[in-house]
Amino acid sequence: MIKIVKRDQPSKTIFFFTPVLAIFLTLVAGGLIFYILGFKPFEALKFFFIVPIADKYGLSELLLKATPLCLIAIGLSFCFKSNNWNIGAEGQLTFGAIVSGGVALLFYDQEGFYILPLVILSGAIGGMIYASIPAILKTYFNTNEILVSLMLVYVSKLILDYLVVGPWSNPEGFNFPETRQFSDSARLPLLFEGLRIHTGIFLALAAVVISWFVFYKTYLGFQMKVSGFSLKTAKYAGYKGKKMIILVFLISGACAGLAGVGEITGPIGQLHREVSPDYGFTAIIVAFLGRLHPVGIIFASLVVAITYLGAETAQIFMQIPKYTGQVFQGMILFFLLASDYLLYFKFKFIDSKK
Amino acid sequence: MHKFLIRSFVSSLVLLFTLTVAAVAKDVKAAFVYIGPTGDHGWTYQHDVGRKAVEAAGFKTTYVEGVPESADAERVLRQLANSGHDIIFTTSFGYMNPTNKVAKEFPNVKFEHATGYKREHPNVATYAARFYEGRTILGTIAGTMTKSNVIGYVASFPIPEVIRGINSFTLAAQKVNPNIKTKIVWAFTWYDPGKEAEAAKALIDQGADVIAQHTDSTAIVQMAEKAGVYAFGQASDMDKFAPKAVLTSVENNWGPYYVDRVKAVANGTWSQKDTWHGIGDGMVVISGLDSQMPSDLQAKVKKLQADLASGKVHSFTGPIYDQKGNLMVAEGKTADDGMLAGMMTYVKGVEGDIPK
Repeated sequence: MIKIVKRDQPSKTIFFFTPVLAIFLTLVAGGLIFYILGFKPFEALKFFFIVPIADKYGLSELLLKATPLCLIAIGLSFCFKSNNWNIGAEGQLTFGAIVSGGVALLFYDQEGFYILPLVILSGAIGGMIYASIPAILKTYFNTNEILVSLMLVYVSKLILDYLVVGPWSNPEGFNFPETRQFSDSARLPLLFEGLRIHTGIFLALAAVVISWFVFYKTYLGFQMKVSGFSLKTAKYAGYKGKKMIILVFLISGACAGLAGVGEITGPIGQLHREVSPDYGFTAIIVAFLGRLHPVGIIFASLVVAITYLGAETAQIFMQIPKYTGQVFQGMILFFLLASDYLLYFKFKFIDSKK
Repeated sequence: MHKFLIRSFVSSLVLLFTLTVAAVAKDVKAAFVYIGPTGDHGWTYQHDVGRKAVEAAGFKTTYVEGVPESADAERVLRQLANSGHDIIFTTSFGYMNPTNKVAKEFPNVKFEHATGYKREHPNVATYAARFYEGRTILGTIAGTMTKSNVIGYVASFPIPEVIRGINSFTLAAQKVNPNIKTKIVWAFTWYDPGKEAEAAKALIDQGADVIAQHTDSTAIVQMAEKAGVYAFGQASDMDKFAPKAVLTSVENNWGPYYVDRVKAVANGTWSQKDTWHGIGDGMVVISGLDSQMPSDLQAKVKKLQADLASGKVHSFTGPIYDQKGNLMVAEGKTADDGMLAGMMTYVKGVEGDIPK
């Protein structure tokens, strides 16, 4: 007879093994779905996960897609590790894009080395300002940060709508909802001629290194960890909770804002209504799939990025509906949460005769 | 007997030859990039109907749906251009810059961008439909059928395309009923059933008994059906979603244009141009008229349709005044395409201001 027993301590090996298990189960379930839909499962999986990154261009697109996801997820892991549920990274991204886009538009007809640093900095500040709203409301007015940060996403999108339709719309653009193109000095330089991957990837890599250092080598990282386990313990230990809450929100907002900068000064080159295909929400999946660990997040962002590319390739070459990409993202998260059960419980074989 | 055999042999050779040539010429692949799902029963749905017409004409087609206007559009376009497609239709305004960017890299692939104005490279053409002609018909019907003299209009974004539609609609309605007022609600979306239904509800609450729409979902006609007011289908024939409310629909008929352009690529006659077709060319189609409309109105609408098609009637014929009473188009004149393309002022009789 098999009995399910609670573990004394969550297993460390299983903690890092379950994301791999989740991806494996997603592939199996995905193959099954393809089979049921009438496609050859292995061929479909090949078009989904291998063909899109089989050449230099594909790899560049993969990194381009993974960069904002990684950057935002790193920022979110600061919040999530310390029990702060920032769901509004998409809003912080949008607001960062608005502020940095505004700066870029100020210089639309100018060239100069100082423009790009200004644009990048203003994007980070924009994201921080926007993230400080739920943080301050949480610390001083005890509001729920999940609701506040989430609802501010819609507010930020409406502000962006207003600006690109109205005051910031391109005067030569027949009133279509988009701004002027930024000047070349406000654009992130490309890494390779002919590929879209740009220098914004270094921002993501820097965030990975810095976050690893903070998480595992600093007092702040330790505080976050303790607060994550138990807020009461943190209080008992005398940590100044409010300061830390605001700090992690600011870091998270800065990362999301930088992701917004990367999109508009990288591949897009202007502001319009759709600066992000919901990177801020998808990054939540990335953060958890990466186990809130900087290195894990790198891998997770690559895995999730490929579901986007694969969905396009599979539709072009096999006429598989593109929305299966979202199904894959959903399945990854589902299987991850489900297999977390193994973290806390184990199966025990018991001889029933005894 | 011999002659007959030889003749049939020769003719079958000729036939075989023509078939082969046709098959070679037809080896053109077309791709379509959609903003929404093919099942939206509005904008994207109609483009996909057009794509099916291209398939039916014997060409291979590919489509990618739900492509956001973010940085992703460029990748999808490049991938399509890279994988053997000869002509790519990009069916949303936001694809304008990516289309021109990718077109530069693939001079041998033809690009057709819907509703845009940039043709930066010789392999980029643009196309759009004169939907405002259809709205002249809807305005005529609305002005006749309204009892409250308040007509509601759910609009998407304040761009010339939409303003032009509102104006054309209002002018036609005023012509048959000088007392009408057009009330506008801006939904700031092309497709969001929830928001659209809310907008329609707000207009009905303000006394509108006919609702027109410039958004894509069927939510508005369904809301009208529930509230017992009239409405018009947008983009596709929406009669089956609200049989009592829908008086008629203005359908976007892209098929003939798509087939034409793909054939032009096959024949090597494709060239860059800006197409703006209306009822006359069959790009804008009026669905069947509902039997609730009195027969004299039906006859009037039929005649108006024919006159718009032949060019005898123009949707913007002067005198046309703006909201402040300034003359926009003089008596006996018609608005030219330049004025229509940049139209950003309401005509008299429209309530409210254009959001800025």
